[in-house]
Amino acid sequence: MHPAPSIVFFTTASGAGYGLLLLLGILVPAGLVPADRWLGLVAMGLSLGLVTLGLISSTFHLGHPERAWRALSQWRSSWLSREGVMALVTYAPAGLFGTGWIFLERTDGLFALCGLLAALGAVLTIICTAMIYASLKPIRQWHDRKVVVVYLAFGVMTGALWLNAMLNLFGQASRWSDGLMLCALWVAWAVKFLYWRSIAGAAVASTPETATGLGAQGQVRLLDPPHTESNYLLREMAFRVARKHARKLRGLAVVSGLLAPTILGAAAMPAGGWLGTVALLLAAACGTAGVVVERWLFFAEAKHTVTLYYGARAA
Amino acid sequence: MTGLPAQAPSKRLGLVIDLDTCVGCQACVVNCKEWNTGGYPAPLSDQDPYGAEPIGAWLNRVHSFEVGDGADGRTVHFPKSCLHCEDAACVTVCPTGASYKREEDGIVLVDESLCIGCGLCAWACPYGARELDPVGGVMKKCTLCIDRIYNENLPVEDREPACVATCPARARHFGDLADPESDVSKLVAERDGMDLMPEMGYRPTNKYLPPRPRRDCAGTTGAPAALEPAAAEGGFLGWLDNVLSR
Repeated sequence: MHPAPSIVFFTTASGAGYGLLLLLGILVPAGLVPADRWLGLVAMGLSLGLVTLGLISSTFHLGHPERAWRALSQWRSSWLSREGVMALVTYAPAGLFGTGWIFLERTDGLFALCGLLAALGAVLTIICTAMIYASLKPIRQWHDRKVVVVYLAFGVMTGALWLNAMLNLFGQASRWSDGLMLCALWVAWAVKFLYWRSIAGAAVASTPETATGLGAQGQVRLLDPPHTESNYLLREMAFRVARKHARKLRGLAVVSGLLAPTILGAAAMPAGGWLGTVALLLAAACGTAGVVVERWLFFAEAKHTVTLYYGARAA
Repeated sequence: MTGLPAQAPSKRLGLVIDLDTCVGCQACVVNCKEWNTGGYPAPLSDQDPYGAEPIGAWLNRVHSFEVGDGADGRTVHFPKSCLHCEDAACVTVCPTGASYKREEDGIVLVDESLCIGCGLCAWACPYGARELDPVGGVMKKCTLCIDRIYNENLPVEDREPACVATCPARARHFGDLADPESDVSKLVAERDGMDLMPEMGYRPTNKYLPPRPRRDCAGTTGAPAALEPAAAEGGFLGWLDNVLSR
């Protein structure tokens, strides 16, 4: 599948934003993050900013962005529609929660409830985003429940990276946020490894023989393509560049997304002070860059069954 | 509404495509484009049509495959357009309600005034039946020539899809596949018509007729398998034969 930059950016940015919102919505009412106004402004600003930028960027690949509001209507059947609805609904409790935290420095009572509701909305929105892909049968690498877990795990991972960096920036460094960050990192990549193993081992469902129904007559090979130039289907669904470099890119994703943040995080703990903060900000940036590569590969490595009509042997 | 019809449509209009007789002439492809760039889903645009890299939206494409090996190998021309599936995921994934399946005849259509051009329906189609119009920014697909089959301004014999009307090999047939007595249903029953990618579970309406088994030997007419060797003749022809055979 063609990795449209706007969609790669959208899923990464909104994943990080919602992951951060999920953590804030739980940890702040629990009293683990102080109800400091300036911390609230930066944390909520980063979270909702990432979410909003992601949502805006997701409209860039539309043929008619001005009609995007229509996508809210079909939540009964469409995961894309559900995602849009959940994203908008989540702004309400998140906005109230942020208002209480930033303007009143209050994170208890009603504001705590709003925080928990925002966390719930964040989880549901990430699930809807992942289900857009996981519900598509023609793409074997996506039609897998693990995709939902991967999206949630990477959302929490990038959220935890930025949360820890911000807490350090405001002098609120703590053992638990370092631990949370490291746990989230390793859990997310463990889930991703399981996903990679699962798609490598899964049985191939469709072949040119089933796609043409001619399997009974022998092996089916493409003799003449239906057109000499490219078309929408090939541009959108027959992307092949990354598969050639998949191993190297996976390595790059793991080094940038897992190893670099782990080493930087471990170095930041004893270092402390401004050096520690810089290390943690770098860790968050590296981790996010790793997820961008991971997300790019998620698209580029996915193979659509339409390629079977254009010479692919399996999909 | 992007839900599928609650009840199975009483009619299931669709195509039956004969892979035995299709000669891959591309006439259906061209007539489809010609009709539909002026008809219901118009325009069906092309970009850079005379340039180095032309690209455009087409609703029907003919692929050519080689099937089997050696003496059993054969070429099969394979026309492909929307199969108007019963479990059409292209309809249910649509976030705006632009993509819909008609209750009365099962035809899957796009309301272009609602389409945002997100492309998700094209991803959801295993067959590659939908193409985004590069100029209009909306999704295009086979309408089963909705503006021909019900068009009372056309003579009755012309009320069939453009691809069917133009096929010189009579490889394309149009009709109601829900009616077991229709010509297309009988053809499917007689020739073991099949679904493409049944493992996807989309239950396509269009059916494909497999190539007939090939005839390996001619029938016997009682004639000898080989001619008798010519016997040497006498006279002038015999002499000539002798001279030329040296």
